[in-house]
Amino acid sequence: MKSRNIIGALGALALAGAGWAQTEIDHAKADAEFAKFRAEMEDSNPAELFEMKGEELWKAKRGPHNVSLAESCDLGLGVGKLEGAYVQMPRYFKDADAVMDAERRIVWCMTEKQGFKFDDIAKKPFASGNYTPDITSLVTYVAGHSRDKKFAVNLKDPKVREIYEIGKEVANFRAGPYDFSCNTCHGVDDKRIRMQNLPNLSKPEGAKKGVLGWPGYRMTGGVMLTHQWRMNDCFRQQRFPEPKYASDTVTALLTYMTANANGILYKGPGIKR
Amino acid sequence: MKKIIYAAMLAAPFLTAAVAAAEGEYRAKAIAMIKKDFKPRGQASLDRLAEDGVQAICNRSGNKPEAENAKFFEADQLAAVKYPADGKLMGDWKKGEKLAQSGRGFTWRDNPGLPVGGNCYNCHQISPKEVAFGTIGPTLYQFGKLRGNTPDMQKYVYSKIYNAKAYNLCSEMPRFGRIEALAPEQIKDLVALLLDPESPVNK
Repeated sequence: MKSRNIIGALGALALAGAGWAQTEIDHAKADAEFAKFRAEMEDSNPAELFEMKGEELWKAKRGPHNVSLAESCDLGLGVGKLEGAYVQMPRYFKDADAVMDAERRIVWCMTEKQGFKFDDIAKKPFASGNYTPDITSLVTYVAGHSRDKKFAVNLKDPKVREIYEIGKEVANFRAGPYDFSCNTCHGVDDKRIRMQNLPNLSKPEGAKKGVLGWPGYRMTGGVMLTHQWRMNDCFRQQRFPEPKYASDTVTALLTYMTANANGILYKGPGIKR
Repeated sequence: MKKIIYAAMLAAPFLTAAVAAAEGEYRAKAIAMIKKDFKPRGQASLDRLAEDGVQAICNRSGNKPEAENAKFFEADQLAAVKYPADGKLMGDWKKGEKLAQSGRGFTWRDNPGLPVGGNCYNCHQISPKEVAFGTIGPTLYQFGKLRGNTPDMQKYVYSKIYNAKAYNLCSEMPRFGRIEALAPEQIKDLVALLLDPESPVNK
């Protein structure tokens, strides 16, 4: 934790933000600047603040059952084992008889092991204003333990494979007033909305862009956002109704996207514009 | 067989599940999953998850419907295009440019009472003055200069914006007129943006 860098980094965020607004017209330049900025930030990522908070939450005895996640939550590698767990999810969990992504699994542990009520967690599951929910800090902490490890979603597990295939079809599904599917924007190479590049999530190179940097520190808001949040916001822009929190559909999309990025090095919680 | 398909698609809400089950197990499972996993929010109600005939046929053909099916449904979509009562199809390109810039509307955050944007620059290059344009759709720069603005061309552009699916059944472009996102007067302004010789598009 290099806290000495964080104050400076936060100051740089504001400056960099203003800089981008001006250079928005020069797309390539703006992208290069962000990449450079992101690289400079790697040693002092404000996401680390949320990792710290997540560590406290992970280790603390909490909830009606007064147990810690550290002593009760199995993320697929054994109770309390964190190294490499994030990049191997979504995975199938026998105790829940479901394929779960990291966020969903942590929520499951919080309800099943600690005794929290799902509806309470789902009431405000994502950051808004300057509020970042505990579940997001927990996901960030868990994700931090997969830094510099390769994505390895186990498609040899038939249960995971099935959810992957369903996720592919969710991405194809067109509906709503605008007839949009995920793939309207994310199914082919080299397209953009306005100046925003659109990764093709069906290919490794695009899937890489889709999965890296989550959970991510949101520049303009000072909050942390998870990959689940990103799926929620995509459905909003697709003009769909809202996906229920930690639902099968969101897990299916995350399974599809993450498995398409298998073999790619995860760089840990990141920074998002 | 084809007649059966036509009949089936016109009754799409009833037959969607059956067609899906026959054609793709994973698709059927995905649709069932989606149906249970969403909740209404703001103006985005759950009926948005139901496929209409065009969506159903595009979802079931990987957006590549058989030519004869495509023709049939395109004609069906075209037949429902409503034209302005006064018969004029070209409005004010300046208003059209403003409308083309806005990408607002129809999300669960948008106020349903407010006018909806044309979303045009999200996907198309149009006026050379706007360099922040998307590339999902083709460039429309010099659209009128290259094609002229005959009554037939005006009618084509109006109809295309009103309902892009009338010409390309599984086009990625929303059916702005059919879903009443844009009123006829607004579509006329967009026609002018593309076809008026005074529009920067054609300079």
